[in-house]
Amino acid sequence: MSEDGAAVLDVKDLRTVFETAQGAIHAVNSVSFDLRPGELLGVVGESGSGKSVTMMSLIGLLGTTAATVDGAHVNFDGMDLLRVTEDELRAVRGAGIGFVFQDPMTSLNPVFTVGFQLMEPLRNHMGMTTREARQRAVELLELVGIADAEKRLSDYPHQFSGGMRQRVMIAMALSCDPKVLIADEPTTALDVTIQAQILELMKELRHKLGMAIVWITHDLGVIAGIADRVMVMYGGQIVELAPVIELFKNPQHPYTRALLQTVPSVRGSRAERLRVIQGQPPILFSPPQRCSYSARCNHAFDRCLAADPARISVGDGHDVACFWDPETGEPR
Amino acid sequence: MLNYSIRRLLLAIPTLIAISLIIFLLLDLAPSDPTANLPLTIPPEVREKIRQSLGLGDPIYIRYLLWCKQFFVNEPLNILEQWFGWGSGDRLRVLSWQTRSPVVDLIVERMPQTLWVVGMSYVVGVLIALPIGIISAYRQYSWFDQIGTFVSMVGFSVPTFFTGVLVIVIFSVWLGWFPSIYDTTHQVTDWESFLFQVRQMIMPVAVLALFNAAQISRFMRASMLDNLNQDYVRTARAKGLRERTVVMIHVLRNSLIPVVTVIALGVPQIFGGAIITEQVFKVNGLGQLLIISIQGGDLPTVQTLTFIFAVLIIVFNLVADVLYGILDPRIRYD
Ligand SMILES: Nc1ncnc2c1ncn2[C@@H]1O[C@H](COP(=O)(O)OP(=O)(O)OP(=O)(O)O)[C@@H](O)[C@H]1O
Ligand code: SF4
Ligand SMILES: [Mg+2]
Repeated sequence: MSEDGAAVLDVKDLRTVFETAQGAIHAVNSVSFDLRPGELLGVVGESGSGKSVTMMSLIGLLGTTAATVDGAHVNFDGMDLLRVTEDELRAVRGAGIGFVFQDPMTSLNPVFTVGFQLMEPLRNHMGMTTREARQRAVELLELVGIADAEKRLSDYPHQFSGGMRQRVMIAMALSCDPKVLIADEPTTALDVTIQAQILELMKELRHKLGMAIVWITHDLGVIAGIADRVMVMYGGQIVELAPVIELFKNPQHPYTRALLQTVPSVRGSRAERLRVIQGQPPILFSPPQRCSYSARCNHAFDRCLAADPARISVGDGHDVACFWDPETGEPR
Repeated sequence: MLNYSIRRLLLAIPTLIAISLIIFLLLDLAPSDPTANLPLTIPPEVREKIRQSLGLGDPIYIRYLLWCKQFFVNEPLNILEQWFGWGSGDRLRVLSWQTRSPVVDLIVERMPQTLWVVGMSYVVGVLIALPIGIISAYRQYSWFDQIGTFVSMVGFSVPTFFTGVLVIVIFSVWLGWFPSIYDTTHQVTDWESFLFQVRQMIMPVAVLALFNAAQISRFMRASMLDNLNQDYVRTARAKGLRERTVVMIHVLRNSLIPVVTVIALGVPQIFGGAIITEQVFKVNGLGQLLIISIQGGDLPTVQTLTFIFAVLIIVFNLVADVLYGILDPRIRYD
């Protein structure tokens, strides 16, 4: 999308540490990225790579868990979200930044009507009266393609199907016209045809409303279809960041290359189609001292164990954090 | 919901009849003798005569049907006739063998004491248990939670006859603040007598409230903890709601569902009277009536009281189910 214009969200050196009984878990390690107006940034990585925690850390959504979030800055709307009061942060949540979560079956409160839950942020952030909020809630449900919106406001979440609930979640996230929408695997829990519908809906809404979107997913196929840029995460770090076409054409990081090979395709033998990356993603009990992918990397060499590779630029808007150069097959 | 309730109530009728029969048969098996408490000088023939006059010579099914007629037919008819002045309303009622007065009158006489002391302790217990449970869960492992857990353990595991005697020793004997015996003849007529009533209620109510609160606060805490980590809580926070709204509206509304049903299921216990506590503080409520009747072999009283408890248990089971249906929109009875 538009390359010019200041970033709507500018994250620098974000770090999140969980205090657990087993020790400190460094879930997000020095993450930096920016989000441009109207852009769709895809975030990919295996389970446990820190995608969700990164996004939740941005707006203090880790709740009451024993987590410390630290960093250089998280600039949004003229504020540094790391240094505002809890009340100011709360005013950003749901208003400036909207969230859609993975599992629509459990993300809505079962004992309140959909209308009540939709109207909550409207009354809270926009100071609407119940009548205005009701009016707007109907518009929102219509916007996300729910028929008979007026009547459905008084229905409870269990009266909606999974796909419909996710539409409600999207309506809720969009209710206060956020500048940024963070969608954390919004289609993962849905079956394939519904996934496609939600995807279509998001594409359409994005062009209608023009907000910037962060789209977290496991599915590189989805990313290829909608993202402008892609951020690959591993071990709580960004290991590669590139425009979508560049990433698919010219992947630099061994992890990205492995991920691209795991994309299920209809061609090739069964073994080839189901190829997965051997091994487990790490749980980091200290800040990374070496390349966090080294235990699983085919190209690892001595330097990878001695230091954590810094993120370097290898082209126009293409960053990678790796000591190995796929072009030459040699260390850089 | 209404249909469901009516159906449940109709189904309860055969259940209750079966229960009344079982109670009757069980009580008949008990080796008790209504004349055992009479002076030893009464000769055996006279004792036998007394037994015959109480109807003990009849076969068991006659005695059961007699009780059924007296309780299910005569009692309600008497009440109706007296209310509307239709007739004399003096059909034969279920009579206590010990006092020869109608059992229902005995119950009505003792009900207020039990409701005041045991009922009040339940209300107080619930009112302190809910906030404690909520705060304990929200601040899990904080000092508040630790103290709450400890007090609940104590309240739950130390029997009321121990805590009862303990508070009597401390507050009546040593400090002399409260009377150690509950005066059931006391009438509240003015401010002065009201204060006395409050003072004599404090200890039994406190002892029982501690016991009730211990259980319910644990339950509330567990239910809150179950809900605090749910996805919808994260959604509520992501919407930018105040933390108080998130906890006191979104989480609490869900957490209360099982707790409310447990509270409803506990209500019949109030009417059962806290037998031990009533003994310790000499409150002559229903619990005490039951004990005396059992000791005196007063079968009609025991039978009637036990049956009324069974009715209450069934009714409050239904109340709990209906409340569940009202509180949880996912539940549909039809
Ligand atoms: N509350 C928590 N306490 C301790 N560790 C946590 C907590 N939440 C997340 N983590 C750790 O943070 C790491 C990153 O988790 P995160 O949920 O961000 O992964 P993810 O990339 O979103 O995975 P998924 O694709 O499964 O959603 C994991 O290793 C996890 O163990
Ligand atoms: S830095 Fe080394 S171990 Fe890490 S991905 Fe690159 S080659 Fe592999
Ligand atoms: Mg996640």
